Amino acid sequence: MTDTKNYMYKSWWKIASVALLIYTFTAGLLLDVPRLPALQETIRNLYFHVCMWFAMMILFTVSVVNAIRYLRTFNIKYDIYARQFAVVAIVFGLLGYLTGAIWASYTWADPNKPAINSFSTIARDPKLIGAAIALLVYFAYLILRDSIQDMDKKARISAVYNIFAYAMLFPAIWILPRILPSLHPGNEGNPALDVKNDISGNMRMIFYPAVIGWTLLGVWITTLKIRLSLLKEKGMLS
Amino acid sequence: MMKKIMLLFSLLIISVVSFAQEKPDSYRVEMADTMRSNGRIYVVVAVALTILIGLVLYVVRIDRKISKLEREK
Repeated sequence: MTDTKNYMYKSWWKIASVALLIYTFTAGLLLDVPRLPALQETIRNLYFHVCMWFAMMILFTVSVVNAIRYLRTFNIKYDIYARQFAVVAIVFGLLGYLTGAIWASYTWADPNKPAINSFSTIARDPKLIGAAIALLVYFAYLILRDSIQDMDKKARISAVYNIFAYAMLFPAIWILPRILPSLHPGNEGNPALDVKNDISGNMRMIFYPAVIGWTLLGVWITTLKIRLSLLKEKGMLS
Repeated sequence: MMKKIMLLFSLLIISVVSFAQEKPDSYRVEMADTMRSNGRIYVVVAVALTILIGLVLYVVRIDRKISKLEREK
């Protein structure tokens, strides 16, 4: 066990994650937010819904980096890393999708019509379709992986597919929704990162720590899954 | 002449006053102000924090268990 003392076993960043999340939940609900029509108090969802997507993007990036590391070294450890990071990223993506669905059905729906009549308009939004495509591509990654018996073949093919899936993320969630008209905010410039004319400074004080806190929580869960798979791997060898 | 200047001036003032009245317009956006003023928002914060801490404790427990397994190996 040469790598016992790597970052997975340290606790300082786990504590930091919990502290940041506690801050997010308290300050996120208590501090002042801009008074905007239609959004009203739901603007606070920025600290939860948007953070899910940020965390997902970071975790997918870590996953693809590990896939490339696998292809360079053929060390099965990196394949386990890549898989677990992708799985947790998918969970965050699903949570982002679900929270987005709840949020949109209250803020995008036409107030003059029953909510169910606005559904077809909302469901047709390019941002939603793009996110759905991106997630489906990653579902296919898991199906592809688990359908191959041979361990090395599985690792190699899924590492290559992981790179394609990551490349697919960009047109699906960053480029296409910006070309087409969308109800989703943040289609011009860098959403939530634009310093001049985006979210107020007050909100940024909570939003950035929230992103770090949620991402670290995702990494924590991933490391637990990685450690379990490494244990399983060892049990199979001995 | 004097009258015209006075008229212009008063119109300017009126426009400024109307701007000043427009400003707190955003305060007409309905927010959960009552919930904040009577402190019920703290109940929501307490519930949300309890759920968060409960989940975190669960993750900590799993972390401990895996560490134990690793030591046994």
